[in-house]
Amino acid sequence: MIEPEAYLKEPLPAGESDVMLLRELVAHLRRNRTQLREEWARRITQAQLLTAMSKDEIFKEATSVYDNYVEALETGTMEALQTYARDLSERIIPRGVETHEVVGIVLLLRDVLARSLFAKYQADFALLNCILDAYEPAANRIANTVAVGFVQERERIIMEQQEAIRELSTPVLQVRERLLILPIIGAIDPHRARQLTEQLLGAIRTNRAKVVVIDITGVAVIDTNVANHLVQTVEASRLLGATVIVTGLSPKIAQTLVTIGVDLSKMNTVGDLQGGIEEAEKLLAYKVIASSPTADSA
Amino acid sequence: MEVPILKQGAYLIASVQSALADAEMIQLRDALVDKVGKFRSRGVIVDVTVLDVVDSFATRTLRDLAHMIRLRGAETVIVGIQPEVAFAMVQLGLTLEGVGTALDLEEGLAFLNQKTQSVE
Repeated sequence: MIEPEAYLKEPLPAGESDVMLLRELVAHLRRNRTQLREEWARRITQAQLLTAMSKDEIFKEATSVYDNYVEALETGTMEALQTYARDLSERIIPRGVETHEVVGIVLLLRDVLARSLFAKYQADFALLNCILDAYEPAANRIANTVAVGFVQERERIIMEQQEAIRELSTPVLQVRERLLILPIIGAIDPHRARQLTEQLLGAIRTNRAKVVVIDITGVAVIDTNVANHLVQTVEASRLLGATVIVTGLSPKIAQTLVTIGVDLSKMNTVGDLQGGIEEAEKLLAYKVIASSPTADSA
Repeated sequence: MEVPILKQGAYLIASVQSALADAEMIQLRDALVDKVGKFRSRGVIVDVTVLDVVDSFATRTLRDLAHMIRLRGAETVIVGIQPEVAFAMVQLGLTLEGVGTALDLEEGLAFLNQKTQSVE
């Protein structure tokens, strides 16, 4: 992940004159706040950025961004802007705002402000040069900060979602006293396989399970690693005194397993989940009897 | 520390109290193989709940123990292997093949009851 804090801490390399110029610049931007802000909002709409947001919202955000931008220019510290950028990202990411849009609007603001500077100082080219020297590094750093803040926020959200998916992806369910099922859906990577095994072993202990049915109907492909993980899971469960039944091996997976020569002699396999549960009930000496006569016997 | 071996009906229960050195492991094995004949026991339970490491030597000794006990005409069950221990053992390829395992003492007793019943 990108760590922006370090380079943001060091103060802007600004000489005496730069400070003066920046101050003048900030005063100029404050004076023309209304006009520049409107110009910016217009440019945003024109460039068809932030289409997920309404005009009013864009204008409101634009105002805050503008003020924060000017403040960052004035003080040279990025902390407030950084916090704001993170906060803004948190609000707009769920609405589907893309990275290019955020970077786009900040760059637009940079352009709008630069244009206004050109317009103001066009008479005095040397002064304009100095002003731009002061303005550009600061503006670039602001753009950088906002972009990095946005990307970091996105990364954080993605990581949170991955974690959530990971947790959701391994449910261990008790269907009868001492009988657990573990439906596996989707691809299994080594990390997930390890987590699956750990969760299953924990669940065997807490539920005092004797039989576990692992259903892999939802697993599309299997390779040597995954097959070995499966074998390990079966063996580890046995060490805790639980029998494992694997169900739902598709024809393709069965072929793969035989072709790659995984030793599945220790695995107890049954065609489908229903068969697996019936087999497990047999092992646990359960007997399921229909309470009313079934249609064909009536 | 010596592992106490308790006689409970037709079974012997060895409850490991702390981590065991290799020599103590051997001592436990010999004591059980000896006592199973002396008490005419039909089953042996080794409770390893407290062990948080089970290495290759311990695994081999437990496996040998189970096979020796079987030759002496009784059944063995290892109980109380912790989930993390089980996971580590399997990763090291130590799977206690051919040895009965159960979740805890209660399960171990049920396992032995079932095993020895089918012999009758």
